Amino acid sequence: MTKGTHPSTQTRRPDWAALTIAAVLAVVAGLIFWDVSRLIGLAGYSQVGPTTVPYAIACCLIGLAVWTAAEALRGDFPERDHQEIGPVAWIVGGLAAQMLLLNTLGFSIATGFLFALTARGFGKRKLWLSVPIGIAFSFVVWVIFAKLLQLSLPAGPLERLFF
Amino acid sequence: MGTFDFLLQGLLVAAQPMNLLYALIGVTLGTAVGVLPGIGPALTVALLLPVTYQLDPAGSLIMFAGIYYGGMYGGSTTSILLNTPGESASIVTALEGNKMARAGRGGPALATAAIGSFVAGLIATMGLAFIAPYIVKLALVFGPREYFALMVLAFVTVSSAFGDSALRGLTSLFVGLTLALIGIDQLTGQTRLSFGVPDLLDGIEVTTVAVAMFAIGESLFIAAQGDRGPDKVEAVRGSVWMNAADWARSWKPWLRGTFIGFPIGAMPAGGAEIGTFLSYATEKRLTKHPEEFGNGAIEGVAGPEAANNASAAGTLVPLLTLGLPTTATAAIMLAGFQQFGLQPGPLLFATNPQLVWGLIASLLIANFMLLVLNLPLIGLWVRLLTIPKPWLYAGILLFATLGTIGANPSVFELGMLLAFGLLGYVMRVFGYPIAPVVVGLILGPLAEQQLRRALSISQGDVTVLFTSPIAAVLLVIAALAFLVPLIMRARGRGEVLTQLAASED
Repeated sequence: MTKGTHPSTQTRRPDWAALTIAAVLAVVAGLIFWDVSRLIGLAGYSQVGPTTVPYAIACCLIGLAVWTAAEALRGDFPERDHQEIGPVAWIVGGLAAQMLLLNTLGFSIATGFLFALTARGFGKRKLWLSVPIGIAFSFVVWVIFAKLLQLSLPAGPLERLFF
Repeated sequence: MGTFDFLLQGLLVAAQPMNLLYALIGVTLGTAVGVLPGIGPALTVALLLPVTYQLDPAGSLIMFAGIYYGGMYGGSTTSILLNTPGESASIVTALEGNKMARAGRGGPALATAAIGSFVAGLIATMGLAFIAPYIVKLALVFGPREYFALMVLAFVTVSSAFGDSALRGLTSLFVGLTLALIGIDQLTGQTRLSFGVPDLLDGIEVTTVAVAMFAIGESLFIAAQGDRGPDKVEAVRGSVWMNAADWARSWKPWLRGTFIGFPIGAMPAGGAEIGTFLSYATEKRLTKHPEEFGNGAIEGVAGPEAANNASAAGTLVPLLTLGLPTTATAAIMLAGFQQFGLQPGPLLFATNPQLVWGLIASLLIANFMLLVLNLPLIGLWVRLLTIPKPWLYAGILLFATLGTIGANPSVFELGMLLAFGLLGYVMRVFGYPIAPVVVGLILGPLAEQQLRRALSISQGDVTVLFTSPIAAVLLVIAALAFLVPLIMRARGRGEVLTQLAASED
């Protein structure tokens, strides 16, 4: 909500999270300047080249960083709701597990873990039940998409057992 | 040939059995994702892009358009029965629709939503067919600078004109524009921002970003809210059919909603939400039963539902005629066109009329399919709402990663999916809109190309951007769209704009 236009008088502490966002925007702008500076000698006969637009974007990012910092210092950012970290960690863990296991154990097993850990994040605690369910479901999906629709999904020991 | 001949030819293309099948798959999937809270048409189209590499272009695009239309129908079911909008254009429907369902009038609410969507979809699709040729003619005089101005206008309206903060909208847009820089420059072949990583040379896939932010970011956000108690699904009691009084009170809102929604969708002015809010406000002012508003007035369901379907069709006008996406779903559909080496725009009407008109005609057919899917079969969709959350989101993430793995089964790609998912989550927490990222990512390179062409022609003279009357007018409108809301917010009138927030679809 736009409470920003009427800065509340009681709390005017700087918003550190929002200041971090401003800093990140500035760093990204710096990264663009640094990377594009390599290309300078390559600009064409007109002054317009591959560097023009990146420079413009980087300048705008700096402007946005300043704007964000100003709003952060005035406490203009909206209040955040309380966030539960636990469920987020479970789901991120599931995605990481799938990423690392995919090429060794194949689609079904890796995605089974993603499935079970996501369900855990949403409150299904019985992993001994949800991991097998996840692997079985992923295997069915693998058969449909890899065999019927010809999508290239990595096979692992489980898939090679059947095909 | 006139529009009618083209449309008849298009109907012949659309009536081919395979294309009918694709349309049916599209509208069914679209209704399903519209019904399920948390996933919208943008995400679904993004998920399906890798799966459709091998299919034929016309069929895939017909399917995508079916998903878009279906999502608009399905969203109303969730709003009415669950009070949680299935997609962002159905927020208003929840206001009156859920009250009707609680009062035991869920059936007529669903019926007026479905029939209103049908009427609006039909009129708006015809509108699309008749307006498109004129815009194509107009677009033929557009040069690089006019296109650039048009894209600047789209950037402004998508990011900063609506929503609760111009700052956060613009920041989202520039996140997308920065991501768009990564990879090989299209005009000179120089690598930019790839830092020697070979995986980045091809740039960042639109589908990866869209899936990560819409599916993973959204799932993380919902998980992080903790258990807020189960949502109550209102059972559909009594007859689904509307009585004579319902009809009498619905038909005018349907038509008004259509005429509000279509132009708003067709202008580069953000998502379908805006039309629904305007339609609701109009119905509230014109109604003969003001006491019912807030307690379940049927006009408050009929008008906005018609408006959101009409603006979905309207969105296809700039997409097909100018190649200009104005919503996240349209942006991803543009990626779908590009996947097949097609660039929507005036040329496509000349080089590939079967495809364009087949697509438009198939929307008419899809509309009939959707009416059948959403009235007699409504019970099936209601059952989707009873899937427990853990299994629902586990399944969503399974399919979300499936698309990415199918396109590129590398650890790097999945790492990006995770990274952008976390970025999307953080953005949600801080109130940054997601759609501008996707629009910036896909429209950024096109805008850069046009800008550099324009400047090369003028040998670096920037004033050339303002000397064409069309470009100048477009840039002035863009400047107004940026400044007026800023001034309105500064004067404490921001609430109106917050209500018009264009969020996801």
